[in-house]
Amino acid sequence: MFGLAAKDFRLLLLVAALVAFAPFILNPFPEGSGMAQFNAGYPDLMQRFVIFGIFAIGFNILFGLTGYLSFGHAAFLGVGSYAAIWMMKLLTMNVIPAIILSVIVAGVFSLIVGWISLRRSGIYFSILTLAFAQMMYSLAYSVLTPITGGETGLQPKTSDPRILDSLVTDGTTPKANLFGLEMGASYDLSVSGWVFTFNAGYYIAAVVMLISFYVAIRIFRSPFGMMLRAVKSNQNRLNYTGLNAKPYTLAAFVISGMYAGLAGGLMVAMDTQAGAERMFWTASGEVVLMTILGGAGTLIGPVLGAGLIKYMENILSKINSNILHEWFAFLPDGFEDLLVTLIYPFIGKGWHLTLGILFMLVVIFLPGGLVEGGQRIGRLFKRKKPDATPAADKTPAE
Amino acid sequence: MTKSNLTRRGLIKTSAVAGVGLATPTIFTASSVAAFTNEPTGSSVTLGFNVPQSGPYADEGADELRAYELAVEHLNGGGDGGLMNTFSSKALKGNGILGKEVKYVTGDTQTKSDAARASARSMIEKDGAVMITGGSSSGVAVAVQALCQEAGVIFMAGLTHSNDTTGKDKKANGFRHFFNSYMSGAALAPILANNYGTDRRAYHLTADYNWGYTTEEAVRTSTEALGWETVAAVKTPLTQTDFSSYIAPVLQSGADVLVLNHYGGNMVNSLTNAVQFGLRDKLVNNKNFEIIVPLYSRLMAKGAGANVKGIYGSTNWHWSLTDEGSKAFVKSFGTKYGFPPSQAAHTTYVQAMLYADAVERAGSFNPCAVAEALEGFEFDGMGNGKTLYRAEDHQCFKDVLVVRGKENPTSEFDLLEIVEVTPTEQVTYDASIFGGELGACNPGA
Amino acid sequence: MEAIILQVLNGLDKGSAYALIALGLTLIFGTLGVVNFAHGALFMIGAFCAVTLSRILSLSHEVLDPGKTDFLGNPSKVNVPYVNDWFGEVAGSAIIDWAVPLSILFAIPVMIVIGIVMERGLIKHFYKRPHADQILVTFGLAIVLQEIIKYFYGANPIPTPAPQAFTGSFDFGAMLGFDPNVIIYPYWRIIYFAFAALIIGGVFAFLQFTTFGMVVRAGMADRETVQLLGIDIDRRFTLMFGLAAAVAGLAGVMYTPINSPNYHMGMDFLVLSFVVVVVGGMGSLPGAVAAGFLLGILESFASMREVLEYLPGINQIIIYLVAIIILLTRPRGLMGRKGVMEE
Repeated sequence: MFGLAAKDFRLLLLVAALVAFAPFILNPFPEGSGMAQFNAGYPDLMQRFVIFGIFAIGFNILFGLTGYLSFGHAAFLGVGSYAAIWMMKLLTMNVIPAIILSVIVAGVFSLIVGWISLRRSGIYFSILTLAFAQMMYSLAYSVLTPITGGETGLQPKTSDPRILDSLVTDGTTPKANLFGLEMGASYDLSVSGWVFTFNAGYYIAAVVMLISFYVAIRIFRSPFGMMLRAVKSNQNRLNYTGLNAKPYTLAAFVISGMYAGLAGGLMVAMDTQAGAERMFWTASGEVVLMTILGGAGTLIGPVLGAGLIKYMENILSKINSNILHEWFAFLPDGFEDLLVTLIYPFIGKGWHLTLGILFMLVVIFLPGGLVEGGQRIGRLFKRKKPDATPAADKTPAE
Repeated sequence: MTKSNLTRRGLIKTSAVAGVGLATPTIFTASSVAAFTNEPTGSSVTLGFNVPQSGPYADEGADELRAYELAVEHLNGGGDGGLMNTFSSKALKGNGILGKEVKYVTGDTQTKSDAARASARSMIEKDGAVMITGGSSSGVAVAVQALCQEAGVIFMAGLTHSNDTTGKDKKANGFRHFFNSYMSGAALAPILANNYGTDRRAYHLTADYNWGYTTEEAVRTSTEALGWETVAAVKTPLTQTDFSSYIAPVLQSGADVLVLNHYGGNMVNSLTNAVQFGLRDKLVNNKNFEIIVPLYSRLMAKGAGANVKGIYGSTNWHWSLTDEGSKAFVKSFGTKYGFPPSQAAHTTYVQAMLYADAVERAGSFNPCAVAEALEGFEFDGMGNGKTLYRAEDHQCFKDVLVVRGKENPTSEFDLLEIVEVTPTEQVTYDASIFGGELGACNPGA
Repeated sequence: MEAIILQVLNGLDKGSAYALIALGLTLIFGTLGVVNFAHGALFMIGAFCAVTLSRILSLSHEVLDPGKTDFLGNPSKVNVPYVNDWFGEVAGSAIIDWAVPLSILFAIPVMIVIGIVMERGLIKHFYKRPHADQILVTFGLAIVLQEIIKYFYGANPIPTPAPQAFTGSFDFGAMLGFDPNVIIYPYWRIIYFAFAALIIGGVFAFLQFTTFGMVVRAGMADRETVQLLGIDIDRRFTLMFGLAAAVAGLAGVMYTPINSPNYHMGMDFLVLSFVVVVVGGMGSLPGAVAAGFLLGILESFASMREVLEYLPGINQIIIYLVAIIILLTRPRGLMGRKGVMEE
């Protein structure tokens, strides 16, 4: 269906179901219980899951298929954000023009950067992309402050022109919307202790993410995708057949840059703020880590990796010693303190430590990333036909 | 719902059924029943403490968090009551806020705007925080302030020194107790003129981002007004760690004062480098070469070690102040944690108290009522003398401390000595000079 | 003229730091082919070796001094270092004063052990794994090392001054016949430069003139052939890893008086050191050193206010701009070998 093989269609359906029911799946614990700390079903984090999912899916089109490791993809996300926020400041708070422009601008930037950087391969390519991104970050933070807002970034203001919108007269801050439907609008469903939030912005981002995912599947399965894989496995051989690989890799680069721009535009649509920090090399590094952590070259892996890293960042960092004490309050005092002392370095301000340990554990024990973990579990359950795991799904990294 | 139903499928099925029958839907839009965002309905109220817990300002963030925990303890009637005893307003009774027990959630800003907003949104959307406070940079403060304005909660800024926070980026829901670049310049200039003369030639090194610009501008204008000449102003990248190539040419330029418009790690490194170059041992234009750091942070100054000795700067508050409020705060903080509080701890503690007090006086958690109670509020006994929360830009006006690195510190906390307490009138400015507009307060919901 | 001489000095000084860090990285990354994101962390740990040693040396017991009071008004305690008790006050304070140079002796064995443990315990298993996996595992390791240091030492920079004898600066200008006080340069930075030159020379000599070095070089060029000759190249590579860690660590130790160390200083240098190595060319030690000095000098020139007047913001991007230009004009950096990390 939709031009997909049955297996891919099942995957798409699975992702669609997961995304549609995310408010339930991510909120497994009732409100007010000790475990509610681990609930991730609030609008901001759900939006971030799908937005970074899009970013990672796009990155994977370049890295997973061609093997070209870009270390500057966050720059495209950044320019996408700036394009979107300017659209909201000048034209309208409707998210559609903002998102469209962000994709176009990111596409143009990635065309330029890609065209230059793809003259080199391997680590030289990575450093070139890194250099472009770092230059864009540095300039956006400093001398380009009039355009980018520098340190404080840009937010929509009451006084912005916004030529398509009606004038704001009562001094309220305009909100991002889709033809009047505000991104922040939510419907809360409370069911005996549980509260599930259905957020308009999240579902809009989720639909965009499903479309992106669908497009990514089509690319993976197309002749173009095959060509990209050929670039990865042996570029020399490809050259000998008289084919010029560069147009293909450049196309992949631009597509993944546009995905990054789309993510940037959505980010602004969901949370109206654009800043230079999201172009810093650590942000580029983050998407690399997301992709590898989930499983580079697999369809679903990058999304999982993005989800895991964002979950750790937002959930783990909020657990403080107070909460720990509450959790273990039922234990005898000495034991409670001991447990809290033991766990404390890994949560709250120590969430980076847990993240680092997790990276190492995953890469040591699950060489194919989280997807491999899933496959191993899957194999445990259907031991009858061990070779049934589809080969296309686990193209190893590199 | 029974326990046996707790598989995911079961949950979805049951919820779908329950959604029709049992659910009590509430839509958070303008027409909703709630009067404002996160109206506390139970016996407790949740505040969100959003501080840097990782990254270069993690120690400052940790000190802010200590202060918040102390404030919560005092608000709930624990401890020695701290500044509640000296505060001129007596609305707080130590029974929480409006009788509701104060609870709090914490988050990590990472000193990044995006992370700070994500953390703040999670507090608002997930934990139901009715006020967000904290932070250690102006970038974060402006970003989170804009978010709070949009979401309809109060933002009580933490450590943020840029003019922008209550200048061009001011917001009706945001309030700042900390001082700003303009005040630093206005307070420092006369002291510098007194000590170093009025015919100095200054060389500025400025961190190349918004805060740096406003600080350079403030110090420049106020010193030039007293007769100083600015030889050059060079911008340095935020990510710079070694400032040697910026400092080496200073002596050649004929300047006899170096102003380091740097904060945090940048300040520690540039100051260390400048002292390494022996600038302070030189005679230029027959005057001793001097270095100035407009914004001091004691926590950070510690990283520069002995290099801060004799160097002038300004600060929002210092634990060696001897007024009743400061003494009370140092005593309760010191007794609990074993060391004196930093200015970051002080400003955040005071912000939490001021918020609680405003709610008590307003009789409501509604952001608009709270904002009204804070606007134009005059108070005393919080460590900075008489203070005014100006209604026009939500900036506190109070005395500013001019400090100097101490020559003979008696302990590792005793790094700065207070040279002058510059009175409020001298640092007050017209609210309109930085542009920006407050807009209308937003109660959300 | 004076300004140019000064910036050349600055460039050499900055460059020596870059070259030293890049040298260690290129031993691991350029030759063993491991993308080591933990290299910055090794540099940072070296710096914290100095912090640790100076803390150990100034370990002290408290003596109550009734004459003074602390911030709460209680009688304050004065710390008396143990070394003062053992060696007398003069020798004791001299030892504490010299903590940073002494740390060199302390850091070498510590760093070699850390390097070897890292290689044997972790990196060894990743030689044949894709670079992506190496990135993930070394990045994870870097975070873990960083967080451990942060846990014990806090996030703020820790002042670690050079010995009293080396504070102040040297007047080059007077020596060269310019006006005094115009071209001055701090003693410690001159020492850093000399130290870097010594280490770089030492590593080159070691690889060039010893049998061990020869085998390692052969192994870098063609690992399989060397193994076929019956040489245990793995063990030598382990030692090389230890050496690389020691070089990074020493760069860190000596850097502490220049900038107070903090837990994230490694990450600050990480990207830069990768740029230096790649601009120098993969697999080339001289290339890395040359690139370090080149970028250091250009960075210094870009920070001159005369330059900034015409090209505002050039100081923000100069390193990356130069990197792009070099990589576009010379496909493998300054002196890169063909086929190393190009696929």
